[in-house]
Formats: sequence, structure tokens, C-alpha cells
Amino acid sequence: MSQSKVVSPIPGVFYRKPSPEEDVYVNEGDTVSAGQVIGLVEVMKSYFEIKAEDDGVIESFAIEHEDSIDAGQEIAIINAK
Amino acid sequence: MIHVISPGLETTVQDTGRIGFYEVGMPPSGAMDKYSYTAGNLLVGNNESAASLEITYLGPVLEFQEDTIIAVTGGDIPPKINGKSVPMWEALEIKAGDKLSFDFVKQGARVYVAVAGGIDVPEIMNSRSTYTLCGIGGLNGGKLQENDKLQIGNEKVRDIQPGTRIADHLIPAFDKHHEIRVVLGLCSYRLTEESKERFFSIDWKVTPEANRVGYRFKGERLNFVERDQPFGAGSNPSNVVDLGYPIGSIQVPDGVEPIALLNDAVTGGGYATIATIISADLNMLGQVKTNETVRFVSVDIDEALAARNEVKEKLAEIKQNLSS
Repeated sequence: MSQSKVVSPIPGVFYRKPSPEEDVYVNEGDTVSAGQVIGLVEVMKSYFEIKAEDDGVIESFAIEHEDSIDAGQEIAIINAK
Repeated sequence: MIHVISPGLETTVQDTGRIGFYEVGMPPSGAMDKYSYTAGNLLVGNNESAASLEITYLGPVLEFQEDTIIAVTGGDIPPKINGKSVPMWEALEIKAGDKLSFDFVKQGARVYVAVAGGIDVPEIMNSRSTYTLCGIGGLNGGKLQENDKLQIGNEKVRDIQPGTRIADHLIPAFDKHHEIRVVLGLCSYRLTEESKERFFSIDWKVTPEANRVGYRFKGERLNFVERDQPFGAGSNPSNVVDLGYPIGSIQVPDGVEPIALLNDAVTGGGYATIATIISADLNMLGQVKTNETVRFVSVDIDEALAARNEVKEKLAEIKQNLSS
């Protein structure tokens, strides 16, 4: 089993939920498929979707909801299938 | 022709800007880092005011459908041709069918893609620059979209050999902490002495609200001198009656979170502008990313003009090197 890291290509604020009232996109331990949205980064008054690049299981998140994030910073680790 | 396979986060067509309409409320737009933009045009043999692509944070994927020469300048967003890394600040040969893409941003915030001949979009009020808030200029008035087609223009004025490079000492370096020089005014008299001192002695963190319109900074509250507000100024002490906003002017609505107004900003209004970023350092500010820090440094108008001349001399040196 290989691990892949999801990295933010842009700086901004990281969100795990699509909106304040809604639930998180994914939890640790959830199965995700390549291309699935796992979070948002807000910058320049727009929201950029962060997507899983591989099919697998979310091992862990490296950043909290609403924390600021830099370009190149790790968001999550996925245990690829 | 250039086919936009994916547009990146915010890729726009920009040139030297829409100059001469400020008094009717039209901001100039244009390249945020004019030094890198101009160097790019010089590297591909273009007229200095030819339109280029300005990329912010996340690069596009572009497919060139004709042979040409390009150059990528600005912050460090490493370019690749057909998946292979290529240098920045160098004239690069492109063959029809080649794909230009980018790695994640390393330093700086914006890069410029200059194409021999320039990007050919219609001129609106003497400029090809995109002003997205008004939906004018550039390609259809906005940032690039998937499947857009860009025409290459005829603004090439000299032949440049592929592999020609900008000399190392003329390539700017970008850091995560920035010193940005400002001239105090026009309304700095409205700040208390203590707040004036604090403005220059703390690090200001760039918020996610930082784009071509303006950059908003987090630090601490600044206080204005108490007074009975004059008629028309509104009740908040950060208000004055009305004034034009120079490009790079910094206002502090309600004393919280200073905002530096940039190329696409509103041209006037009623906030006290406490300082103005010098033109030489506007290039640098355009390379500052969200979450990075800025320390403002006070200079006088003579130092500002000397810094402006230094930039001009560096560009003249680039021009000299490329034409000899």
C-alpha cells in the first residue's frame, strides 16, 4: 500500500466543509476516489477545490478547518488502494 | 494561436495599463510586476508594451498551435514544456503542439508569459489589459477559461535567439518576508503619532483578500486623531471628505486592517490614505503572497524617485544586453 500526500497549490484559508452549516467533505478513515473534493482553499475572494489525486482511504489531515495554509503545504495523507 | 487547456487560478492578459482615464474613475489595470513583465517582452523581442499573460499562484496549461519564442519571468512558478522543466528568464523555443505547464509556486506570486508578437486581443481605451471588475479588456473581459483561444499579435520588433538569458544580477529574488517602501501621506496627519510609529515597526500579515484590486493586511489597530468630523466626511475618524487614491495608497478603514490599493482599485473616495507605496516597490508587492509578511519602510520622495530610476536603469541594461 502506498501513501500519497494532498498538497495545496495556493496559499489561503483551508476549509474542510463546503459551507459553515454543512458537514465536512470527508472524515479520517473515509474512502475517497481520485478527483473527489476533500476541502477548499479561499484566496482572492474565490474558493479553490482541493481534490484527492488517488483512490484510497484518508489516513490523516495535517491541517485544521479554517487554518491558514501556504502554497505547497500538506493537507492530508491518503493510503492509496 | 494558443489553446487554453486549463486556465490556472487567475490568468489574465495584461500590458502596461490603461493610462489616462484615472480622472473618470477608470483604474489603469496592467501588469502588477512591471519589471518582470517588461523583461519578458524584451526577452522575446517585443515592443515593451505588448500584452502578456499574468499568472497568479497556479499556472495554466497552454498548448501552442504554432512555432514561436516565449519567456517566463516573475516569481518562481517553475515552467515545463511537454512535462520537462525549462528555465525562467530565458528565451525558449516553442514548436507547434508544445504544451506549457507549471509546477507549484515556490516564491513570489505572479509570473508573466511573454510570447513573441504579444497576445492579440482588442484594445479598449488604448490598452489590452484585463479589468475583471468591469469586464473589459483582455479576452472577453475576464480571466482565461478552459478552451479559450488566444491569437498571437505582431508586436515583435527584433529577433532574439532561443537560449538568450537575462543576466543573473538583473533577476529579482523573492522572499517570504518583504520590505516595502512607502512615502507618508496624503492624510497621515490623521493618525496619532503612536500609530504612525506602530505602522512602521510591526510586521503586517497579508490576508487571503489580496488580489489585483488591493492587498489587505492584519496587524494591530491604528488610531486616528480625535476631531469633530467636517461636513461630508462621515462619522468614522478614518474618513476624510474625499480625495483621489494614488495607486499603492494605503487606507485603514475604521483603523483596522490596512488596505493597499493596486492596479484594479477604485480611484478615489473618503478614507484617509496614510501612506503610498513607491512605484519601484509596487513590482515587489505584486509578488507578495497571502500569509506572507510585509514591513513598511518610510522614505522621502527623493528616495522614491531614485528607486524608480534604478528600476529604469536595470531595464535599460537588459535592453542593452539583448540588443548587443
